[in-house]
Amino acid sequence: MTPELINDLGLFVLALLVGFEVISKIPATLHTPMMSGANSIHGVILVGAVLIAGLVDSPIGYVLTFIAAAFAAMNVVGGYVVTDRMLGMFKAPRAKAPAPSDNADQETSA
Amino acid sequence: MSTLELVIRLVYLVAAVGFVIGLHMMRSPATARKGNFVSAAGMFAAIVATVLLVADGELGFRVTTWGWLALAGGTLVGTAGGWGGARVVKMTAMPQLVSIFNAVGGGAAAVVAIVDFMRIGVGHAPEPAFTIPVSLDVLIGAVTFSGSLIAAGKLQGWVSGSPILFPGSRLLSTLSALAGLAGVVIVVANPSTWALMVVLGASLAFGVLMVLPIGGADMPVVVSLLNAFTGLAVAMAGFVLSNDILIIAGALVGASGAILTKLMADAMNRSVMAIMVGGFGTGDSAAGAAGAEGAADVRSTDVDDVAIQLAYASKVIIVPGYGLAAAQAQREAGELGAVLAERGITVYYAIHPVAGRMPGHMNVLLAEADVPYTQLKEMDEVNPEFDTCDVALVVGANDVTNPAARREGNAISGMPILDVDKARSIVVVKRGMGQGYAGLQNELYSDPKTGMLFADAKKGLTALLAAVKETVA
Repeated sequence: MTPELINDLGLFVLALLVGFEVISKIPATLHTPMMSGANSIHGVILVGAVLIAGLVDSPIGYVLTFIAAAFAAMNVVGGYVVTDRMLGMFKAPRAKAPAPSDNADQETSA
Repeated sequence: MSTLELVIRLVYLVAAVGFVIGLHMMRSPATARKGNFVSAAGMFAAIVATVLLVADGELGFRVTTWGWLALAGGTLVGTAGGWGGARVVKMTAMPQLVSIFNAVGGGAAAVVAIVDFMRIGVGHAPEPAFTIPVSLDVLIGAVTFSGSLIAAGKLQGWVSGSPILFPGSRLLSTLSALAGLAGVVIVVANPSTWALMVVLGASLAFGVLMVLPIGGADMPVVVSLLNAFTGLAVAMAGFVLSNDILIIAGALVGASGAILTKLMADAMNRSVMAIMVGGFGTGDSAAGAAGAEGAADVRSTDVDDVAIQLAYASKVIIVPGYGLAAAQAQREAGELGAVLAERGITVYYAIHPVAGRMPGHMNVLLAEADVPYTQLKEMDEVNPEFDTCDVALVVGANDVTNPAARREGNAISGMPILDVDKARSIVVVKRGMGQGYAGLQNELYSDPKTGMLFADAKKGLTALLAAVKETVA
């Protein structure tokens, strides 16, 4: 086992733990947006697509890079946009708006 | 470590912090949207940093002209598709869109691993530290890809929502799973492209066969589980490429998806295992019919009666269910609630954890219909309120209101339910006496306090809204 692998494993395990902690406290109301938000985070695989673009030099490699980039970009861009759309719909009651500065930009994309 | 690499790893660290803080901020509706933005900003930074890294040519990366074209072209096409889909999708169709985004994420993770394997995996004898994550990445990514597409198809109605089982389907899915795992063993023992292709093919088949026998109403749990899988596939890609941000983000999503899946399954009083085995609502529901004694007597009521009841109530709880989402009647429900609230009536919406098609989906639909989120009450919060509630208006919800769940010995025993039967009077808007997903008569309907308003959710609520307006005018 290389030191690098140990580092990677450590990151992996700690990130899992952080994920459990952060997520387990989200109210059910926000589960769908949260799931969509987590869904867009795994669009980070676009980073992987960029990396393999630097490794390929054959036609099949280019085709696969194209596919990976298209898939990943769709995941990441679509994921964030649809999450934002969902969250933009959560409005405070009109009568007693608790955070007026927030409401102004929430209205725009509803 | 060169300066550039140092800077990039720091950017990755910042991005990882952005993801965690972003998710953290999603715990409250007031900060959720900013949280999503923080997460997106981290993502953007990580991607830009990676582009700079490969452009610089350090660490053995060298992008040819064709490589840039492939990358830029793919990114453009994907961005256009994702952006367009996310902007135009109707909120009711949003779960299937999320499922499709999840599918392509898993697909991308699998492709990334395949490319890296083809580059260095063949001919040499790579370490298990490389071959294990590569083959697991392809396995998980491919299952997610095909499984999520089938799930999206079921949610959209392109694939039948009822459990699809054909002779030998169980055997076939077991065989495909075994073939995939055997492929992984071969790749690790003696790396070759064909073995990786076996993993790919078998996993794609398994994804399809795994989701087909699962009923449409269980799809949220499936989508959530596959979401977690994609996270793990991405983390595996991180091991393959030794990339911090892929590992961290993938593990975060893997953990979050696992928790969410468990929460959803708990709310339905089912184990994730039982759901994944599938077939619910086919054979095993016969046992659940024991508690039902044929078509019980029900009292039907009409729109004008209900309108008067509502208009002179002091507390009304609206219980929206799947039927409301299916009929796209959320706007009518929201308007009815607003009209009643204007009269000074306390109005709550009781949201069962699995109402709609995903946990929280009903909240999104009602929020879209301008219902203030303070009126949306989760189950534990709203259940004590039914005791003092004048009218409970059930729209398209069935099993989650069935008092039979409190008794032993039927299909929904022990499932957490909304205590609708404790309300002083109950109105159920429903198309007919059809049974719910569990195939069980709802005892709520034969309660003497219950009036059945037989109508489609949208038409029923529209008529009700008009009648209430007339009554109060």
